[in-house]
Amino acid sequence: MKSLAELAAIRDKMKDKVVLREGTSDTRIVVGMATCGIAAGARPVLSAFVEGVNNAGLNSTVTVSQTGCIGICQYEPVVEVFQAGKEKVTYVKMTAEKAAKVIEEHIKGGKVVEEYTYTYATKA
Amino acid sequence: MKELSLNVLDITKNSVKAGATLIDISLVEVGSLLTLTITDNGCGMKPEVVETVMNPFYTTRTTRKVGMGVPLLMLAAEQTGGGVTIESRHKEEHPENHGTVVTATFHTDHIDFTPIGDLVSTMETLIMGSPEIDFTFTHDMNGHRVELDTRQLREVLGEVPLDSYEIIQWIGDFLREQYQPAE
Repeated sequence: MKSLAELAAIRDKMKDKVVLREGTSDTRIVVGMATCGIAAGARPVLSAFVEGVNNAGLNSTVTVSQTGCIGICQYEPVVEVFQAGKEKVTYVKMTAEKAAKVIEEHIKGGKVVEEYTYTYATKA
Repeated sequence: MKELSLNVLDITKNSVKAGATLIDISLVEVGSLLTLTITDNGCGMKPEVVETVMNPFYTTRTTRKVGMGVPLLMLAAEQTGGGVTIESRHKEEHPENHGTVVTATFHTDHIDFTPIGDLVSTMETLIMGSPEIDFTFTHDMNGHRVELDTRQLREVLGEVPLDSYEIIQWIGDFLREQYQPAE
């Protein structure tokens, strides 16, 4: 059974890390979590990004956060990636599987996954 | 919404937006009656606004003129023969004691009852999104209770924020373990 003592142990392990984490994120991943996003499946997409970023050990430079409605509800789940000095990338109709690919190729590899972007989806 | 837990996530986000510092989410199952209650100490709504939130053409957001959160909850409740009530006290009229209570009832034995789904993910998502807010969560299933109170966790954690990945994982495991005996 999970106990508060166990939580205290996690706390002690993390105290040092907290200081390192502040104000160093170069990449922000923002998931739309208004009614439209949630109904379209944004919750597992958010979880996939949070898990993926942490499993890749990127949590000191990448933050994952939630926002409201971006205004393109028919393309939800929508995810925006902000990187210092680069143009914002908007990914649309996201899934947990697509999230894993975005982390691998874009966040780690630096190469935008074009076929998932809003620009690509609206080009046809 | 595919799961009620997604309605819970969506409706609770209204409490976050209302500036609540404490939000209570309670699910009580007695026989085939499920009562969901979301109580917050946010800014509250004036009576005329309470009426309009039940209307899909009302929203607080500025990107478009429809708000589907409460109407979708009403749909989920009413299609099982249940319903939704909203009580709210606006901070201008009730400066000491403001907030909103959303109550929804469902008949879980009705064919159109939406499965409750993954409430643990809903709680994780809410805490990650608003680590500064305190959440109390209880789910009573005919005598078996699952509960979480972030105020207790905060006492242990001190300055370590609730939205740290390791803490969120602990919270998820903590809740999932409590659900196990009932499954």
